[in-house]
Amino acid sequence: MAVNNPTPTEYIQHHLQNLTFGLHPENGWSIAHSTEEAREMGFWALHLDTMGWSIAMGVLFLALFRKVGKAATTGVPSGWQNVVEWVVEFIEDLTRAAFNGKNAIIAPLAMTLFVWILLMNSLKVLPVDFFPALFAKLGVDYMKIVPTTDPNATMGMSLSVFALIIYYSFKVKGAGGFAKELSLTPFNTWLLAPFNLLLEIIGLLVKPLSLGLRLFGNMFAGEVIFILISLLPFWAIWVLDVPWAIFHILVVTLQAFIFTVLTIVYLSAAHEHH
Amino acid sequence: MNINMTLIGQAIAFAIFVWFCIKYVWPPITQALHERQKRIADGLDAASRASRDLELAQEQAEQTLKDSKQQSSEILEQAQKRANQMIEEAREQARTEGERMISSARAEIDQELNRAKEELRAQVATLAVIGAERVLESSIDEKAHREMLDKLAAEL
Repeated sequence: MAVNNPTPTEYIQHHLQNLTFGLHPENGWSIAHSTEEAREMGFWALHLDTMGWSIAMGVLFLALFRKVGKAATTGVPSGWQNVVEWVVEFIEDLTRAAFNGKNAIIAPLAMTLFVWILLMNSLKVLPVDFFPALFAKLGVDYMKIVPTTDPNATMGMSLSVFALIIYYSFKVKGAGGFAKELSLTPFNTWLLAPFNLLLEIIGLLVKPLSLGLRLFGNMFAGEVIFILISLLPFWAIWVLDVPWAIFHILVVTLQAFIFTVLTIVYLSAAHEHH
Repeated sequence: MNINMTLIGQAIAFAIFVWFCIKYVWPPITQALHERQKRIADGLDAASRASRDLELAQEQAEQTLKDSKQQSSEILEQAQKRANQMIEEAREQARTEGERMISSARAEIDQELNRAKEELRAQVATLAVIGAERVLESSIDEKAHREMLDKLAAEL
């Protein structure tokens, strides 16, 4: 911890601060040593902890799945192959059920999203003080290990999905078709085109926003509760911490699932002709 | 909680992960899965075919068993009939043989009797002549009386 015997406010703030590396107006490119410094860096800053942990989780996912994929046998599967195959089949079924078009990248995209988000979310059930304390010993001031409690991570994914939605809308429907869809739904008359356009564009823009903020909001709120629980006396923490952690096994999976399903549904809508 | 370059960094990381997954992770696993599905389907197919074959074979075996049973019972019946016939024949043969033996024995007896009679007849004539000679003590014309005595003997 940065300060000895912090007040609860300081403690919470400390736990919610990312390890930020960026261009400070006075110090130049450096690691922020306080929340204020991090804020002053503005856009030109990188959350090293978010990036590091998310990439670690992504690499873990890909390495594990790649290893299984290389050794995949058509015979009786065993060990990790069972788990991986279960995930793959789950995603395949999901894609088949929710996605109406024909696009080979949707299923692997959905699997990447699902497993990656699941792994990132799962970091949450690790004790909130463990990694910050460990890194404090190593001289690192801040360490927020759950990437999905950082809106940059969730919005980074949802905006990527948004880019795909726009790309496929143009590709499948053409510029004219896409414009027609935006201006002729829900009211199929040219008289109401401006109104339709307004509605549809708002609807379109809300998609990535709701997608990213839903995941962020759930994870962030859960994290805050964990931090609040850890303010209790050490002998009482488990009373609330254990049920909350068990409950989060559900939340973690559910949020990863929701993000994945909505991505598939949005992309399916982008592939639909009218 | 500030929005900053991390957003772009995350988007880049995400893009790379998705690319890697599409290229190197998804295909081998799904391929293995589909191959296994095909193998299982083939296996099930083969199993159902085999069970059909088995059913057929069982039916055939049953049919063969039934046929052979019928055949064996036929053979048995025939054998029984043949045995009966043989016994009957043997009995018949024995009976005729017996009859033949009895009749031949009877014939022999008759023959023997006749011969004995003949002999007796011959002797009777001689005895009678001798007796008469004794009685009469005279010479009698043997020739004339012979004829008469022979006639007498034939009447015996």
